[in-house]
Amino acid sequence: MTILGQLALWLALLLSAWATIVGFVGGAGQRPELIRSAQRATYALAGVLVVASLALVVALVKHDFNVAYVASYTSRNLPLIYTLSAFYGGQAGSLLFWAVVLSVFGALAQWLTGRRYERLMPYAGAVTASVVFFFVVVTLFAANPFERLPFTPADGNGLNPQLQNPGMVIHPPLLYLGYISITIPFAFAMAALFSKRLDTGWLHAIRKWTIISWLFLSIGITLGMWWAYVELGWGGYWAWDPVENASFLPWLTMTAFLHSVMIQEKRGMLKKWNMVLIALSFLLSIFGTFITRSGIISSVHSFSQSPIGIYFGFYLIFIIVATAAVIWSRLPMLEAESHLESMVSREATFLFNNLLLVGIAFSVLWGTMFPMISELIRGTQVTVGPPFFNQVNIPIGLALLALTGIGPLIAWRRASPGHLKRQFAAPVTAGVIVAVLLLALGMRNLYPIMALALATFVVGTIAQEFVRGVGARHRLHGESHALAFARLVGRNRRRYGGYVVHLGIVLYFVAFTGQAFKTDVEASLKPGQKAELRSPWGHTYTFTHLGVSQYEELNRFTTAASVEVARDGERVGVMKSEKRQHVNSLGQPTFEPSTEAGIRSDLREDIYIVYAGSVAGTEEAVYRFTLNPLVWWLWFGGVVLVAGGVVTLWPGTSTSADRRRAMAGYAATLEGSTSGAK
Amino acid sequence: MRSERRYTRRDVVKLSVAALLPGALLQGEAPAQGDTAVGQLLRPDLAGRPRGRVTDYQNDPFIVGIEGQLRCTCGCNLDVYTCRTTDFTCATSPAMHRELVGMLERGMTGEQILEAFVAQHGETVLMAPKKEGFNLAAYFVPGAAILTVGSALLWVLFRRSASAPELAAAGASERPTDLSAEEHAKLESELGRLE
Repeated sequence: MTILGQLALWLALLLSAWATIVGFVGGAGQRPELIRSAQRATYALAGVLVVASLALVVALVKHDFNVAYVASYTSRNLPLIYTLSAFYGGQAGSLLFWAVVLSVFGALAQWLTGRRYERLMPYAGAVTASVVFFFVVVTLFAANPFERLPFTPADGNGLNPQLQNPGMVIHPPLLYLGYISITIPFAFAMAALFSKRLDTGWLHAIRKWTIISWLFLSIGITLGMWWAYVELGWGGYWAWDPVENASFLPWLTMTAFLHSVMIQEKRGMLKKWNMVLIALSFLLSIFGTFITRSGIISSVHSFSQSPIGIYFGFYLIFIIVATAAVIWSRLPMLEAESHLESMVSREATFLFNNLLLVGIAFSVLWGTMFPMISELIRGTQVTVGPPFFNQVNIPIGLALLALTGIGPLIAWRRASPGHLKRQFAAPVTAGVIVAVLLLALGMRNLYPIMALALATFVVGTIAQEFVRGVGARHRLHGESHALAFARLVGRNRRRYGGYVVHLGIVLYFVAFTGQAFKTDVEASLKPGQKAELRSPWGHTYTFTHLGVSQYEELNRFTTAASVEVARDGERVGVMKSEKRQHVNSLGQPTFEPSTEAGIRSDLREDIYIVYAGSVAGTEEAVYRFTLNPLVWWLWFGGVVLVAGGVVTLWPGTSTSADRRRAMAGYAATLEGSTSGAK
Repeated sequence: MRSERRYTRRDVVKLSVAALLPGALLQGEAPAQGDTAVGQLLRPDLAGRPRGRVTDYQNDPFIVGIEGQLRCTCGCNLDVYTCRTTDFTCATSPAMHRELVGMLERGMTGEQILEAFVAQHGETVLMAPKKEGFNLAAYFVPGAAILTVGSALLWVLFRRSASAPELAAAGASERPTDLSAEEHAKLESELGRLE
């Protein structure tokens, strides 16, 4: 099977090169036969890469340990689900995964939108194929998953225990899907530049792709947080690690794009900026991959250092130069059709929102790269860890949270004082009340107070938008409130879906606030002994050590420590934390022992228990007990965010409605009347 | 695993007794561990690195605070506190903790302790760069960039607003989001068509 995989990879190399060259030539010369050939090559490329992927999957499932990749990342006793996830668990497999997913996305884009955007598609297909070409080159020449060993080991090394977690089965592919799908909007943007068709057509072509990509990235990042929280045992979910930062960077620029693109759609402004943002998002996705895999920056997530860093380095330089050159050459065609008229307008708030989002992206990139910069300039390496990132980014993040509420309240083009007063009165009052209440309750931490007050303000703005919208429909059409709500959302999915996404973001901020009140204690307890910890909500938790048991499981030897937990003297339940020593099928220990935290969540706080080990091989256990307030809201915020994203993406009547609206001149009329509609 | 498992006669006796008697009776078999003896683990070698008893220093907020500013030098990228309470295979962070406690017992202040670690390991041992010299750029460049671009943006917006006085006057004299009766009627009519 691996021969088939190799062959498929070589075919993919030829097909991607063909699709790139012929796509560009066909698009430039408007030669239908070449365009058709490039289209077929795009489909064939997806086909052969699927074959290559299946070949690797078969090798993994059949435990073909003569294949170096299979021997490195699996073992005979590894559960099937993790055997399959080993496909993207290692360097070479993940590169093949990237190539196959991108090729399938390219084929889908061709299939779904090829006719509608026939002038853009040859170039978009060529750009996508060129990116696939790069990944196939790296897979073939620097990290080949089909490479064979000169001998066949009896068993493989197994998968890193920390990757043997359900979160790790879905987090990497979703994050990859987010990263990879950014290429499609980028390809359409480049296609618009190459073809000089710089009207809003390319924006329509990429709108859904961009939201899908952003959504995958959001889910991937959130699942990554969840995995870090449940699996790594440090009681947190975000450590500002370079690799986490690398995933956050394109998310920020895409979020900025999703806002600024509305200005281009409505007012014909910010064309250059939008082009830069979409290019930046793609470049940052490649940059993230580069720093993850090159080993230039030390990270707990890094793949082992390998020669592929040099490939990514050169490719990054090439695409930065090429993209900048193409944008530069088309700058005169990207002039705005209108100008900002007021500092107090939605356009202006979106601009400031973009400034802050890109500002955070810059500060994160700056902090991530600063150790290297310092070493280059001063010859001294420094560490830039969470204290730095928190100090720099929390104030910017709070300003962004404020703008999340302010933006939707301000009218397009220009807002009058009366309008502002009417829009802001209730949400601002709600925010101030919460701030005063928190102060009255004795809270003195500035940032958490600001965060919670601003969160209330934003929720107030969202609620107000829904209440007013439903009320208007109820009054104008006599619909019941439920029907009015359904139709309000159904007919303005992008707007109200966006509000739901904002609500999700607010919940993230609420959860982040909880981190300021995290408390923990370490204790060594003999069976029957207790430790106490006071929560920020005023409860006293008592942890009674019950004992330690040891037993064998499928591919590991488990040492489990049990604790009975009581809150204010009332029994909460028994919690367990484990130490797992993974073994291969020959019973030999593989990897260092890993820790499984015991977690019990509720709306207020998480009880987080970690068994650190035993004193001198006895049942006297060493624990770390942590009370983590408001963590549940992070996961719930993720669900809300995804729900909002799905609402904005939901297919339906929007296209025909838009068409009718355009026919009726509805959009133009509203624009002239300076409506506050989004 | 199954093929390698070997129990000694002592293990078998212990397991049998454990099954029949309360755990307290077993405590007598464990090696003395201070004032009270506790049961022995079946496979202590598979339960992670042996741990010492937790001392008061390990929960001391002052020490924890300093540890939060120091990076574990094992290459994990975590601060000493997080590493020693998370990565239980690391021997570096517990050693750094002991070193820190030793310094504190010798009467050193927090500042002196940090300086001592910097002298020993270099500036990279700090979790965030010291706010001095070139490092100031790390802290101030992002904020300065945002403020500069923001100010420029405000200036441009202000100029644009000022250069469109007629629009500004029109905007100030009416309530833009309150549609006129005529506009409202048209909007209603269009909404009706959409439905």
